[in-house]
Amino acid sequence: MPTFVYMTRCDGCGHCVDICPSDIMHIDKTYRRAYNIEPNMCWECYSCVKACPQHAIDVRGYADFAPLGHSVRVHRDEQKGTIAWRIKFRNGTEKNFLSPITTKPWGTAIPKLADVPGPSKEMRDGHLLYNEPRYIRMDDGDLHTLASAGLKLKKGVYY
Amino acid sequence: MMFTSNPFAEISASIPPAVMQAYVVLMIVLVAAGTLFDVVHKGSAKYFFENWRKSRDKGSRQLGGGELLSIAVKTGVVDVLTSGEFCNMRRRIAHLLGMYGFVIYVVTTAILIFAYPTPATPAPGILPLLWWIGGLMVCVGGYWFWFFIRVDVAAEGHSPLRLMRADLFVLSLLASATLGLVWAFLQSRGTSGAGVFFGLYILATTVLFAGVPWSKFAHMFFKPAAAFEKRVSEANGTAENLPTQTRDDPAQRQRHSMELLRDAPMDMGLGIKREAPRHY
Repeated sequence: MPTFVYMTRCDGCGHCVDICPSDIMHIDKTYRRAYNIEPNMCWECYSCVKACPQHAIDVRGYADFAPLGHSVRVHRDEQKGTIAWRIKFRNGTEKNFLSPITTKPWGTAIPKLADVPGPSKEMRDGHLLYNEPRYIRMDDGDLHTLASAGLKLKKGVYY
Repeated sequence: MMFTSNPFAEISASIPPAVMQAYVVLMIVLVAAGTLFDVVHKGSAKYFFENWRKSRDKGSRQLGGGELLSIAVKTGVVDVLTSGEFCNMRRRIAHLLGMYGFVIYVVTTAILIFAYPTPATPAPGILPLLWWIGGLMVCVGGYWFWFFIRVDVAAEGHSPLRLMRADLFVLSLLASATLGLVWAFLQSRGTSGAGVFFGLYILATTVLFAGVPWSKFAHMFFKPAAAFEKRVSEANGTAENLPTQTRDDPAQRQRHSMELLRDAPMDMGLGIKREAPRHY
């Protein structure tokens, strides 16, 4: 179900407007608070819910698996690097989750692509993409292939 | 000289002090009546107490009188006196300027009119000076907000001169402060147009105080109530159903899901808030 805004909590800061990938969180021209201009186009990505510093945005669950009386709320605490969820069921059961968003301080793990030297002719002509095979971790020891792993494609199964 | 002379005493020759005092009382009555009407019309008090009861029943712990008092003090100090609910620093500063300016401006106006109504009872120079400072603070905070910070100007690129009903409060406040200062300035210089500006000043002030049911004026009463309710819900464990577990709790740091953050700093820095939203 699409997002909705608790108007008394929203202070119109605009973080949800900036982050919404569908560009459907806007600031109401009369009340100067955020609102979802096109609920049909909301894909419930929760970006705005997590970004809202006032916890003013909420999402109702679908009525079939989350009937009235439930609650699913999230707190994305960037300074602590955690994201916490609190799920309340209609029968009173409550579940709490806490997980990391990032393991390194914000802004410290940004690849400096501008400083990377351009690819050589050999790399351009090769079949590997940028940072492969390192990024796909297939280069321990040597480049792993089906043959080096003693495997082969099975006709009629893989091709 | 202009900043230390009482503008209301100067005009007392043409407008009797009793009339001015009656006007101030009338404005106070209008604000009280307007706020009560607003509360009844919107059912905000009913909603507040219903919510209060629900939160208390669902809370994992009951709060004692002492705790409630400490929450009330915190609300007063953080949320009311320093506008702590704003997350945008520019808006917070503009709001503080406007709020304290308005309080100083209104209080000194009332003191000047009631305690020093005529030139026969000269006011100490500090009072008119504070009246000027209060009015100027309202103007600085208010115009800054109006031209640069207001979300549909900053976000939607609308003209600052486009008027809506939502602007009734801030505009009538700005008009009252600006016209009051212009009137006092012209009057101190003996300019003949001062009377016109006095009339406009009274008109704007009347709109400000009589427009409570239609304007945002009442936010100064219900915002602290909402902030108090929010703090109480955090203290009693309901927290408006928001998660309450954090990494600050050593037990939570031992959770399996938190393994990767075991050696990470407790302050990871600002994430998306490293950059102010630009509303686009």
